[in-house]
Amino acid sequence: MDLRVRRSKTAPPNEERGRRLRSVVGLVLALQVGILAFAFAVTGRTGDAATVVASRHGVDGKLEYCLECHGASGQGYHGFYPIPRLAGQQTKYIENQLYAFIERRRTNSIMFNVAHVLSPAMVAGLAEHFRSLSPGPIGDGPRGLVKAGEQIFQNGIPDANVAACSACHGPDGTGNDQIPRLAGQLYPYLVKTLANWAIERGQKPANPDTSAIMKPVAHSLNKPQIEAVAAYISYLK
Amino acid sequence: MVILALAFSAASLWPGHAESPAVRNCTWCHAGQGYGPAPRLAGQQAQYIEKEIMDFRAHIRDNPFSMQYMWGATAALSPETAHSLAIYFSELLPQAADDGMTDIVATGRSIYQDGIAESDIVACVACHGPNGEGVGEIPRLGGLAYPYMKRRLEQWGE
Repeated sequence: MDLRVRRSKTAPPNEERGRRLRSVVGLVLALQVGILAFAFAVTGRTGDAATVVASRHGVDGKLEYCLECHGASGQGYHGFYPIPRLAGQQTKYIENQLYAFIERRRTNSIMFNVAHVLSPAMVAGLAEHFRSLSPGPIGDGPRGLVKAGEQIFQNGIPDANVAACSACHGPDGTGNDQIPRLAGQLYPYLVKTLANWAIERGQKPANPDTSAIMKPVAHSLNKPQIEAVAAYISYLK
Repeated sequence: MVILALAFSAASLWPGHAESPAVRNCTWCHAGQGYGPAPRLAGQQAQYIEKEIMDFRAHIRDNPFSMQYMWGATAALSPETAHSLAIYFSELLPQAADDGMTDIVATGRSIYQDGIAESDIVACVACHGPNGEGVGEIPRLGGLAYPYMKRRLEQWGE
């Protein structure tokens, strides 16, 4: 029995050798380029903003600054203004919001001041780090509203043409990609955010953004409904 | 202003409150504009006053003047008395010290409202409110005397 393995039964031997040689060379080159790209990325030396990675030290320092307001573990804080939970938030959502603050598509003077000094690498680094934080929810909504809130969250309000929150934000409210995590968010922050959607988000009509998708939802919810759904969300883990 | 002054003095004469020994023990130093290093307490957040009394009593707050004056002043205060004192002072009308140097107010306002992001300095307004009134356990800063605020900020930095 002939046990030699033949790669190609039809190609002539030299062509076959050439193909193999090219694939090996290609692999080696790819590996070298990969190593170089990784090395440059880690040291942050490439000029391309998209591939520069902020050094760990830089992100950690700035992160401490963020957590001074947003809570020691990013769980949020009841300041004079409710300061939202960032722990476990979707990376893409945080990035989008930081750019929205910087470009004033989302109006908040405190966040504009904080965000506009951040480099793209820092934005990416911070967003990634918040995702990894996982304290329990503060849980500050009125308990009596939770049941009604669950109804709205999971089933929507068909009469008002309001879709179930769970349809996009997930049945556990953890979001996905650009769709934010809601679980464990602060009650007064949720109430304020839904009530003020039209005057805080999408403030540059010439530059519309993803906030537009929530505008009809926020508009269609009345105050008791907002408070109920906010109460329910505030306890989600 | 006259009405405010009258209202303030009327509150001070409230029977059973301003004349009670517990309150008078505080107002020796803390009445009106405060005296020496003692900050004014009128209009301060009740939860903040209560927390600080208990922290002085437990020797948690241990700055030099805290040790020298407040440890002794609070040693005999029960939690219930601390609570009553806190409510009493929080309901007095606040009066601003107005004793800072006017030429640096604009800079101060900018730091208060916007922070200094490049130096990782938070905007005070986020927690202490647009008029420095505070909320809950977060203290009123608005109206506190310039020397007191300056000393406290320097102590935080130590």
